[in-house]
Amino acid sequence: MISKFLTCIIFVFAVSWASAAYAKLNIVASTPDLGAVAKEIGEDKIKITNIARPTEDPHFVDARPSFMVKLNKADILIEGGLQLEIGWLPPLVMGARNNKILPGQPGYLTASTGINVLQVPQVVSRAMGDVHPYGNPHYMLDPLNAKIVASHICARLCLLDKENCKYYQDNLKDFIKRLDKKLTEWEKMLEPYQGTKIVTYHRTFPYFAQRFHLEVMGSLEPKPGISPSPSHINNLVPMMKSEGVKLIIIEDFRERKTPEFVASKTGAKVVVLPIMVGGRKETDDYISFVDYNVNQVVSALKNE
Amino acid sequence: MRKIFIYLYCISFFLFMPDVVQANQDALSQEVQELRALIMEMKDGYEARINEMQVKIENLSEQKFIEEEKAELEKELELLFNDKDDTSGTSPLASTESTVLPLNKAVTNQFDTSGTGSWSPSQAISLWSTGNSYMNISFNGLFTAAGSTANDLEMLETGGHDPIQRGFTAQNLEIAFDGAIDTYFRGFSNIVYQLDKAGETTVEVEETYLTTFSLPLNLQAKAGTFFTEFGRLNPTHPHTWNFVDQPLVNGRFFGADGLRNPGVRVSWLAPTDNYTELFFTVQNSQGETAASFRNNDGLFGRKAVGTRVRNTKDFLYVPRITTMFELTDTQTLLLGASAAYGPNSTGTDKDTLIYGLDMFWKWKSKYASYGFPFITWQTEVMGRRFEAGEDVDANLPSDVMHNWGAYSEVTWGFKKRWVGGLRGDYVDGLKDATDPSGVERLRISPNLTFYPSEFSKFRLQYNYDDIIGNDNTEQSVFLQFEFLMGSHGAHKF
Repeated sequence: MISKFLTCIIFVFAVSWASAAYAKLNIVASTPDLGAVAKEIGEDKIKITNIARPTEDPHFVDARPSFMVKLNKADILIEGGLQLEIGWLPPLVMGARNNKILPGQPGYLTASTGINVLQVPQVVSRAMGDVHPYGNPHYMLDPLNAKIVASHICARLCLLDKENCKYYQDNLKDFIKRLDKKLTEWEKMLEPYQGTKIVTYHRTFPYFAQRFHLEVMGSLEPKPGISPSPSHINNLVPMMKSEGVKLIIIEDFRERKTPEFVASKTGAKVVVLPIMVGGRKETDDYISFVDYNVNQVVSALKNE
Repeated sequence: MRKIFIYLYCISFFLFMPDVVQANQDALSQEVQELRALIMEMKDGYEARINEMQVKIENLSEQKFIEEEKAELEKELELLFNDKDDTSGTSPLASTESTVLPLNKAVTNQFDTSGTGSWSPSQAISLWSTGNSYMNISFNGLFTAAGSTANDLEMLETGGHDPIQRGFTAQNLEIAFDGAIDTYFRGFSNIVYQLDKAGETTVEVEETYLTTFSLPLNLQAKAGTFFTEFGRLNPTHPHTWNFVDQPLVNGRFFGADGLRNPGVRVSWLAPTDNYTELFFTVQNSQGETAASFRNNDGLFGRKAVGTRVRNTKDFLYVPRITTMFELTDTQTLLLGASAAYGPNSTGTDKDTLIYGLDMFWKWKSKYASYGFPFITWQTEVMGRRFEAGEDVDANLPSDVMHNWGAYSEVTWGFKKRWVGGLRGDYVDGLKDATDPSGVERLRISPNLTFYPSEFSKFRLQYNYDDIIGNDNTEQSVFLQFEFLMGSHGAHKF
């Protein structure tokens, strides 16, 4: 009985080890936008698992133990790096017992390295709301940052899979070329609307706004992570009117009542954007994701 | 005649001048256009080159790392082999340094730039610390105001961190430390202060343990003093609970402070596609934190006989298995089974076995905002087999007691920051018991919690307590508030 059990266990080990040895590189990305960029570089030479669902609030993701299993088998973990994941990633990595993906190992990649981080607070206090002490983590909404992340991923893939390095580099070049071409297109589309004043729900869109020269005048949340209060909205509405704010940009997962109320009071338009790849069915890769967002903003401004 | 020529010249000048200028202008603008095109071309070229260079630099630095690693390895090997021949040149210290350093170097040089010099926003942040500190610290305060029809509320409430009196109770003032100890271990410690009814402050070390980062074969070890891995509620701290007080069955089988003791736990993550984890814990079996085992006070009216560890039979052994199913994209189900086996103090060869099944189900909206809305359902059923020894003084024979209890709780995060909850509790009666701590009981507890933020909460709870064994009912109302400062540890699912 016991020997049978042992043989069974040894068999399971052997099979899992053997399959691991010949499989593609296993990559776990904390959020789907990082996963999508990795996909551009690795294509069919890698297998990607994203932890956060593309539609949900990435600050509050459940640390479901099934991801321990995924991380256990991962060759690379790609983390955003500005504490977006602090509430859910650490226990998963701890439970994964995988030396390859621990900080300091080649299999642990911080995607935000080299990114020009916005909104880094001078003083950190929770009285200011749920401020990220290292700055705003929603940098993937700027397509130029995706280039930086893509080159990190390419370098790391090359390090861990030297044989296919050329393949990854070619994919990187191709991705950057396609992205650059689209970027000029996007910039041209939004050029007539330079300096348009907007308000966002949460501080999710500063990188997007900066890239396309939109001016963020405020947010519906009085402070990051604190839901809209009547007194704050009371101050926000006259400001939006006097400044001539045209758009209220919100994420897909936000309630609609407050933004619509503010819109009705100020004449601004509500634009709902997915903030991660896969958030809408039209956004199944990174470029189509940015494309969708730019088009939503442009069409809202066009019909002004 | 000459004048005519001059006139003609002037006329022709005025006639043809614009054309000449025009022609000149055309040539000029064409030139400008060409120049612009050239510049654009150059710009494109430069951009492409810059991109290329970026990639190259990236690759080169990675390459450099590999080379460094290689060189380091070579050096190490050299040292290793030289050691045998030449002990004067390389001290043992130098050789250990060289084996440890490469890892650290890799950390600081290549992958974790936050370790070097002053920090700048563009640098990467390590997963394990919230700043440049080696340790995260947090403080949690949990207080309750209670009103009850029972004048001895402490008899009704079974937990050491439950409200113990009418009026205010400082339930749990907790300091928690955590951080990576080194490359191999992560540490956690949690010290709890309590104010008792007389206003006296007591300190208890609730948990202090290390956990390994990466043992081979998917194993993980935990060592120190910690809550036993039994069921879902026992290993957790009061401030993470969904209700003001702990379930009756936990209080009765595991005692006021839960089942915890110094020991070791090993767990194994199965290499299957769905999550399955096996735990095995070995701990001391004596003391008030092992109430059903070798408790100093004895149980069932019997006096405690032996409470010292004599051999391996005197430990507490706790196996547990837990597995998870993703039912749909938004629904998750976790199932678990645990058992705790060890000696009890009513005789020298008397044992206790506690066994339990637990389940946890959660639905969370695909479009969750701040984590809301969600519904959870958690249930635990436990049974206990207790061999009671003979106590001649109390005139009690040896006997075997079977008892069971269960709780089931549902929480509904119906709106951002608002959670409603309902819990049902049941425990059967212990033999010869007369007071609420031992008789059959059924308790229903609805509550409502408001979270101003992740770091604070207010909770209103009502308990309807049917003390079946005494033919009595009691009702209580609690208003609880909590605050948390410092690092906010991630939530366990």
